Amino acid sequence: MELRKSYFADQRKDDLHEIGQPRPRSDSPGHVTGKTAYFADRNLPGMLHLKMVRSPHHHARIRSIDTSEAQVHPGVVKILTAKDVPHNVYTILILIQIGPEDETVLADGKVRWKGEAVVAVLAETERAAQEAAAKVKIDYEVLPAVFDMEEALKPGAPVVNEYHGRNYYLYDSGECRKVRFGDVEAGFAGADHVLEQTYQSSPIEHAPTETTGCIVAPEGNDRFTCYTNTQAMFFTLDNASIILQMPGNRLHFVGGTVGGGFGGKVDVIVEPIAILGAKLTGRPVSFIYSREEEMQISSPRAAEKVVIKDGVMKDGRIVARKVTGYTDAGAYSRHSPYGAQKGAGHYPGPYTIPNVWIDTYCVYTNRTPSSAMRGFGVTIGDFALEVQMDKLARLIGMDPLEFRFINAYRDGDMKAHRQPTEGAALIECMQEASRAANWPVAEKFMAMSSHAKGA
Amino acid sequence: MAKIPVQFTLNGAEKAEFFDSGTTLLNALRDKIGDTSPKGGCHQGTCGACSVIIDGELRLSCLTLAETCNGAAITTTSGLSQGGVLHPLQRAFLDAFATQCGFCTPGMIMAAKVLLDHTPDPSRDDVVEALSGNICRCTGYEPIIQAVLTAARSNSQNAA
Ligand code: FES
Ligand code: FES
Repeated sequence: MELRKSYFADQRKDDLHEIGQPRPRSDSPGHVTGKTAYFADRNLPGMLHLKMVRSPHHHARIRSIDTSEAQVHPGVVKILTAKDVPHNVYTILILIQIGPEDETVLADGKVRWKGEAVVAVLAETERAAQEAAAKVKIDYEVLPAVFDMEEALKPGAPVVNEYHGRNYYLYDSGECRKVRFGDVEAGFAGADHVLEQTYQSSPIEHAPTETTGCIVAPEGNDRFTCYTNTQAMFFTLDNASIILQMPGNRLHFVGGTVGGGFGGKVDVIVEPIAILGAKLTGRPVSFIYSREEEMQISSPRAAEKVVIKDGVMKDGRIVARKVTGYTDAGAYSRHSPYGAQKGAGHYPGPYTIPNVWIDTYCVYTNRTPSSAMRGFGVTIGDFALEVQMDKLARLIGMDPLEFRFINAYRDGDMKAHRQPTEGAALIECMQEASRAANWPVAEKFMAMSSHAKGA
Repeated sequence: MAKIPVQFTLNGAEKAEFFDSGTTLLNALRDKIGDTSPKGGCHQGTCGACSVIIDGELRLSCLTLAETCNGAAITTTSGLSQGGVLHPLQRAFLDAFATQCGFCTPGMIMAAKVLLDHTPDPSRDDVVEALSGNICRCTGYEPIIQAVLTAARSNSQNAA
């Protein structure tokens, strides 16, 4: 592979040639000898196991919880419900002032998705915890549920999350994140063709090989050590501190090698309740998701729906783009308001379009709460945009690669969210791709540059 | 609960323990014997992270009861390197960037070892088949396949 360094004035000068070469990683010796320590590679004396009683319903009111039978199950040490959690209603992004707090550590009065944690059982063995969890009796009044984002946004839809009071996240810009640039309707009116298409995706589970979990040890001085595979150490520490109403200096978080995360281990789910269990029993606590929980309970990538309407000229210029994006947060916010917001900035794609209108909604439904996953907020958008680009090229009978050259952003171009383009290299990448894939384009495109206008 | 005495060798060393009936070999090794190199990715026989070698055969330790291992010779990845020298498979995994998070690695190496023990000069298809019970969510498998083929070649060179 040839590596060109001439594109950027600020390109570093040292001669790196690592790309395309296998290089030993510093952590590999531990991996290949089985010595790498993952959080679960410890068995503390007297350790208890935590299992959750989970909602079998998508949406229901909790009439009553009866733990009497579970309480006396052999091996059970402690049973926790909402009233045991010092600050039960939280939201992880409150640390960066994105509220309101909208999620319960243990369900209080209501469940909003199938699989939501209601009661935590701590027992001497995993098996005893599991058996006792099955003996907890919860009386539910099932409520109508909503699973489709457009249904959820209709007037009269069941309200999923009362902390929001409506089935969308309220941004400072209103019911959605908005980008307005130029005059999109005038753009459509002057276009040779207008194409509107809808793209949809399902939730995607990260399925890391190591499931989510933590082991907590009380240190005897009202301090707690939490061994965790979180991908978000300080977010987790600070949120645990809020939930437990415990100063951060009493919490010692120990990370280490994570057995695959892909964004699926950035929520704060297992640690606070395990620390609470350790505090109330004075014993070490292990809370590790089963494979089934990893697949069904941990947050997936959000389902998305993207409606793209483009106005295009016969000569290949896109003159207007209107996008409405919907991100299915599931029942709680977690990272989704941020994901939907990223989409708003991203939907023009790496193209310069003079008239842009974007609305992105973060929608609440009775589905499993979604959250971060590799490029969330933009990955599905890119799929939709690039399929749309191919369709537009076909519509005007143009080569799809040449069509992208015509619309590619270049340094100095103003993006729709009013950040000037800097450090663009799309044209150069496409030139390289054209050569590598043996997909020739007209000479004038091979002469283009991201830096110089013209051509 | 009645405890069951079990004796086996682990990487050549004698081990004797009392286990609760129903204890899986995976939990027995990790929690009682202290060998955490086999990993629990699913505890239901679908991921291969817990793979060990029992009497020369590849086995899923999460589906094997400890009490059935009396008298067995068990090999795990933690026992492969001798005197600080890496096994050719370990060397090849290291050199070929065949590990990322590393969680699947001990199980992959066990599966590869059983393959090379029986088929010293495997085809690519043989390698793919041998690793088909082991899930890796990070590497995309290709570097792992290359590592196993490299290890096979270095073995045959050493033998020559
Ligand atoms: S833990 Fe044994 S196959 Fe997954
Ligand atoms: S390296 Fe992460 S699962 Fe294989």
